[in-house]
Amino acid sequence: MLKVNDIHTFYGKIEALKGISIEVQEGEIVTLIGANGAGKSTTLKTISGQLAPLHGSIEFLGEAISGMPSHAVTAKHVIQVPEGRRIFPQMSVRENLDMGAFLRNDKEGIAEDLEKVLDLFPRLRERLAQKGGTLSGGEQQMLAIARGMMARPKLLMLDEPSMGLAPVIVDVIFETIKRLNEAGTTILLVEQNAAMALQVAHRGYVLETGSVVLQGGGTELLRNEQVRKTYLGEV
Amino acid sequence: MTAIKNGIQSVTGFFSTRPGKIAFYVVLALFTLLMPVYFQSVGNAFMVRIFALVGIYVLLALGLNIVVGYAGLLNLGYIAFYAVGAYAGMNLGFLMQELLMGLGFLGEKPENWSYWALLPFAAVPGAVAGIMIGGPVLRLRGDYLAIVTLGFGEIVRIAITNNIGGITNGASGLPAIGQRVAPVAGQEWARLNLSSGNFIFSKDLYWYYIIVALVLFAVLVITRLDNSRLGRAWVAMREDEVAAASVGVNILTTKLWAFALGAAWGGIAGHTYAYWVGFISPESFNFMESVLVVCMVVLGGMGSIPGTILGAVIITAAPEVIRAMAASPAFSGILTAEQASLVGDYRFLIFGGLMVVMMAIRPQGILPSKRRARELHPVDEKVLAQENQQLWEAEHKHNTDSDIL
Ligand SMILES: Nc1ncnc2c1ncn2[C@@H]1O[C@H](COP(=O)(O)OP(=O)(O)O)[C@@H](O)[C@H]1O
Ligand SMILES: [Mg+2]
Repeated sequence: MLKVNDIHTFYGKIEALKGISIEVQEGEIVTLIGANGAGKSTTLKTISGQLAPLHGSIEFLGEAISGMPSHAVTAKHVIQVPEGRRIFPQMSVRENLDMGAFLRNDKEGIAEDLEKVLDLFPRLRERLAQKGGTLSGGEQQMLAIARGMMARPKLLMLDEPSMGLAPVIVDVIFETIKRLNEAGTTILLVEQNAAMALQVAHRGYVLETGSVVLQGGGTELLRNEQVRKTYLGEV
Repeated sequence: MTAIKNGIQSVTGFFSTRPGKIAFYVVLALFTLLMPVYFQSVGNAFMVRIFALVGIYVLLALGLNIVVGYAGLLNLGYIAFYAVGAYAGMNLGFLMQELLMGLGFLGEKPENWSYWALLPFAAVPGAVAGIMIGGPVLRLRGDYLAIVTLGFGEIVRIAITNNIGGITNGASGLPAIGQRVAPVAGQEWARLNLSSGNFIFSKDLYWYYIIVALVLFAVLVITRLDNSRLGRAWVAMREDEVAAASVGVNILTTKLWAFALGAAWGGIAGHTYAYWVGFISPESFNFMESVLVVCMVVLGGMGSIPGTILGAVIITAAPEVIRAMAASPAFSGILTAEQASLVGDYRFLIFGGLMVVMMAIRPQGILPSKRRARELHPVDEKVLAQENQQLWEAEHKHNTDSDIL
């Protein structure tokens, strides 16, 4: 479904991605793990069009999307839920969700999807009129994911959805990711919380300073000696 | 004290009821439409001009409000679009006159209908200028954007002063010797048919009503914009550009639309001003004019149409009204003519002070838009703390329930 081939992305003269290649098949949860600064967010931003790669290609469903602006990538139903949630703080929960469907015109489909995401996150239903900025961190993350779902993503890209959340909320978020995937959404998940990510993911890539250093099945990586030492904090 | 408070409350209470609102708008409409007629009939042509001038600034402020208030892009060179509209409209008008006379449609004394013929196009040169400045500065925000737009405004003014392309006649202004802006057809008709006795339906009065109509039209268009897809895109972009892009907002075109639409109104205002006054020169388009228009939007309330209008009315009319008051016998002894004219001379200082005070006590403006007010005064800190506490508790209570999903 998604083929990222040898992308190099720069911030000025700094080469943040030194030739990353990853693939995501339809129906999968694929995770990118790695330490802070490894280039995970940069990879997502390059796919979503927020950054343009200097070399390399990105293909989605057989179509080249590298270098396209964000809104055009969104129009292809490749949806990024950005790092740090980034909901619209002054808009109500409802308005945030409506914004998620910004590119859609099918009123009935939108209403249907709204029901779906509110069933998925009942806490958002209780707070439809509340301002996004007054939600707790966990609720904001739920809103960010729900807003992403309102665009009917074919590929949903989540950037550190567990960041800064209480463990119990992290469980909720990961449970949701699994359910979304079971309901048919393909997911590319960036996480520092390697243990959780590898538990839900079918496959994973390990990034280190802008390169993929390891890849494999989720459970396979969980058992990998090096991963256990470096990312799961085991000695 | 409580009596006064109750009094104020019952008054504001009345104006928020339906009949109250209707009464307010009726009074406002009557005042707007009839006051200049009154002034004209008592021979006070000066006040009629002030009314028309206020209208021009209302148009400008409404246009700038699209850029600053809706899209959140500070533009300190807005007056450039006003200038572009004015010069473009006049030059096109002269061209048209020549063309029509050459073809034999106009005689010796041309009836000038070019204002009307060009009105639909007055917006275009402004919008084009808006895109020209908007395009290169799209990646800039805040201070940088302010500096570049300020520079743009100055470039336009200097270009006009230097008679760029031989069409502006430099510092002497337009029309140049040999050119003339003939009275607009409707103006002549109104003078002949609507005057009675001492009351003359003057040129200023005629233009005043045209300007009022344009303001109404602007309010209509901008209200529709605000509730449109583009309006939503502006709000989203203002709140978070990255998030807006991630839901599919085209940041580039959304910003360009703001620049173009805002500038288009500047162009229309400039065109109208040029044909009303019949003379334009670079002096009318200096940097302080841009600053004044920004002040109007900020004072009234960014992103709010009633606020913007009120801001424009206050800032344009206040110095003139104070001067006029000083001149009237009713106020003699309170303010001498010299003191009053000092108000005019020091108005920038006064407005500057006013801006500082506003930023301190009411940054959202006098009549803010609801959303803008929240953005600037997020929520009462205490309320926010309480809400967060509740949410935190709720979150931790869920520790034990598994019904979150
Ligand atoms: N806006 C930026 N400007 C310059 N360098 C950046 C910027 N964002 C990230 N970087 C650098 O690029 C590298 C990768 O960052 P990032 O993709 O955010 O890592 P991760 O998401 O894996 O923590 C880091 O070295 C980081 O310092
Ligand atoms: Mg990151």
